[in-house]
This record gives sequence, C-alpha cells and structure tokens, in this order.
Amino acid sequence: MKFSVMISEGPYTHQASDTAYNFTKAALEDGHECFRIFFYHDGVNNGTRLASPPQDDRDIVNRWSALAKEYKLDLVLCVAAAQRRGIADADEAKRNGKNADNIAPGFRISGLGQLIEAGIQSDRLITFGD
Amino acid sequence: MSQLHTVNKSPLERNALESAITHAVKGNALLMIEDGVYGAMQGTHKSAMVSEAMSDISFYVMGPDLKARGIDETRIIEGIKIVDYSGFVALVAEHDTTQSWL
Repeated sequence: MKFSVMISEGPYTHQASDTAYNFTKAALEDGHECFRIFFYHDGVNNGTRLASPPQDDRDIVNRWSALAKEYKLDLVLCVAAAQRRGIADADEAKRNGKNADNIAPGFRISGLGQLIEAGIQSDRLITFGD
Repeated sequence: MSQLHTVNKSPLERNALESAITHAVKGNALLMIEDGVYGAMQGTHKSAMVSEAMSDISFYVMGPDLKARGIDETRIIEGIKIVDYSGFVALVAEHDTTQSWL
C-alpha cells in the first residue's frame, strides 16, 4: 500500500516527529511504499542540517536524512512555512537575499500542491502533530 | 466506511479522547499514542468513558509508548489491544481513513 505522511510539529517538541519516523520506518520494513513525507508549520524545523543534538540523544534530522537515503524518500518542506522559520536551500537563500542555506540532505523545499498531490496519489495520508 | 482515530494527548490534559469517542461511529477503531496512552489506564476518572465506548469502538494502545511512560500492561483497561509500530501501520492500512485528533 502507498502511504504519505504529514508532520506539523518540530523536532524535540513532543513526540510527533519520533512517532512519524517510527511509523514510516515500520511501514517501509513491512513492504509498504512511501510516496512523500510533507513537513508543514513547525514541522519544517525537522529539515535543518545545523541541528546539533547531544551525542546521547536521538538525532532526529539525520535520522530522516538516513531513512530518505536508504529508501529514496521524498522529504518536502513547505516553502511558506520554511521561509517564516529561516529554513532555506541555496535557491531560496538567494531569492530572499540571505547569505547562507541550511537545508539538510535528502530534503527539498516546495509548495502545498505537493501535499495535495500526496493525498491524491497515496492510498493513505496520515498526520502527526501537536 | 471504516475509520481509525488516533489520539496523542492525555485525556486528563485535553479533551481529544472525548471528542474522538463522541465522533466515532460503530465499527470505528481508536488508537492511543504518545501521551494518549494515559487514556488506556484503569482507575482514572476517564476510564469509565472508554469502557462504555468499547461496545461500539475497538480500542488499541501503543505498547512502546506505554513502556516509555512506565505503565505496566496489567494496568490497562481490559479489552484494549496493545500494538507496536507495525501494528499501527496495519491499522492504518485496514481502515479507509485515519483521523488524527491533535
């Protein structure tokens, strides 16, 4: 079955990003397909490569990047939510006159249409948030 | 159409569990995750609400989230099934839609 996931909560806030990760991992390991992971609202904070959690804590950002690499996942950050929160790729940084970008490997920035498409193309869309 | 409801907040903190139970119809399933697992405990003043709804709704609770909070399985309301993440995935697949009560 084809799943998509939407995450609207930042990392280390409560548990939404952890649950979404464990859910996605279990779905992939059970042989399901993951069409897209869409990060919305504070969820875009899951996509900054500047996060440096303590060594004995889970590394939420790198965990997503690693899962994306292993299963070729499409991790999409909402562009409007990302702009507000200072998450940028090279193009967005240039467009907004910023001197640096901070998007993590495996993530890309795009629009809400990607969430709508995920809802249409997937058998199931499940939301994790606060 | 079958629907799965997920609740991720304690019923002692928010009214998400109560809302989900009120909106769920006969044959729906409800999965308690994260702090929502407190809703599966025996002896709270929300336990009766859950027990009474069990005739119409199938209740599930996330085992790893119970364990993370030190809640022993013997303290869970009888009839609530304990699942892991793979079980969560299966519940989402089994039902046509999933409503996350945030």
